[in-house]
Amino acid sequence: MVIVLNNRKEEFSGNKLSISQLLEEKKYTFRLRIIKVNGVLIHKDLYDTTFIADGDNVQMIYLMSGG
Amino acid sequence: MKLAEIEEHLRKFRVGIAGAGGLGSNCAMTLARCGVGLLVIADHDLVEESNLSRQSFFRDQIGLPKTVALKENILRIKPDITVDAVNKKLDAQNIPEIFTGCDIIVEAFDRAEMKQVIIESVCEKLPGTPLIVGSGLAGWGHNESLQCRKIDEFLYVCGDECSEVSENCPPLAPRIGIVANMQANVVIEILMTKNQASDYYGNCT
Repeated sequence: MVIVLNNRKEEFSGNKLSISQLLEEKKYTFRLRIIKVNGVLIHKDLYDTTFIADGDNVQMIYLMSGG
Repeated sequence: MKLAEIEEHLRKFRVGIAGAGGLGSNCAMTLARCGVGLLVIADHDLVEESNLSRQSFFRDQIGLPKTVALKENILRIKPDITVDAVNKKLDAQNIPEIFTGCDIIVEAFDRAEMKQVIIESVCEKLPGTPLIVGSGLAGWGHNESLQCRKIDEFLYVCGDECSEVSENCPPLAPRIGIVANMQANVVIEILMTKNQASDYYGNCT
């Protein structure tokens, strides 16, 4: 399946992927992040049960301390 | 558009600023200079000597609540704008109450956890209000890494999204000032678009 991840097309095997699996596959290690799927903010508790499918638009924001 | 016309338009708007530290104090000063009419500034900290390295306060304000000191400084530059100084510790519950009615909200917290809290809180309770987040501004140099990303119509992120403040990577005035001004620049950009839209509809009716 092909999704748009932070405005870039990315291809993954299979036809669905939970957000947790996506983070694992991409080896993302940032401590805090915000994830929006098709414009909807997904709470951290739902990363295991929210699935991403072909054509979805996934936006990730990495939150770093400092301000 | 002439400067006086821009100021006249910006005067109509209300901008919320969550946090009055390095991002918030500098962003607020810039927005005030541009002529934004009403600023709602919320923070619960007091001005400390160490803040003077990068925040818009003065030595004789040490010990004052940051919101009170910032209001004082803004009014010294622009006595005709309204500053609503909210001296409160912000949380998921009071963020929507404090910033309800704001045209735009600027996220200016220090801790990443609070950045997450305000994004979730605004998305859920104040949908339709644009939120401008600052993330990644520690250290010095690397101008080219600082950027503004538009996530969607209601969420923008300014910063490098990777440098985290620590003992050996402190926030310094230049990068924090750049990010604070990037946030202010997004605010002005959105407000100017809103102006054109409301003027346009105003002319139609």
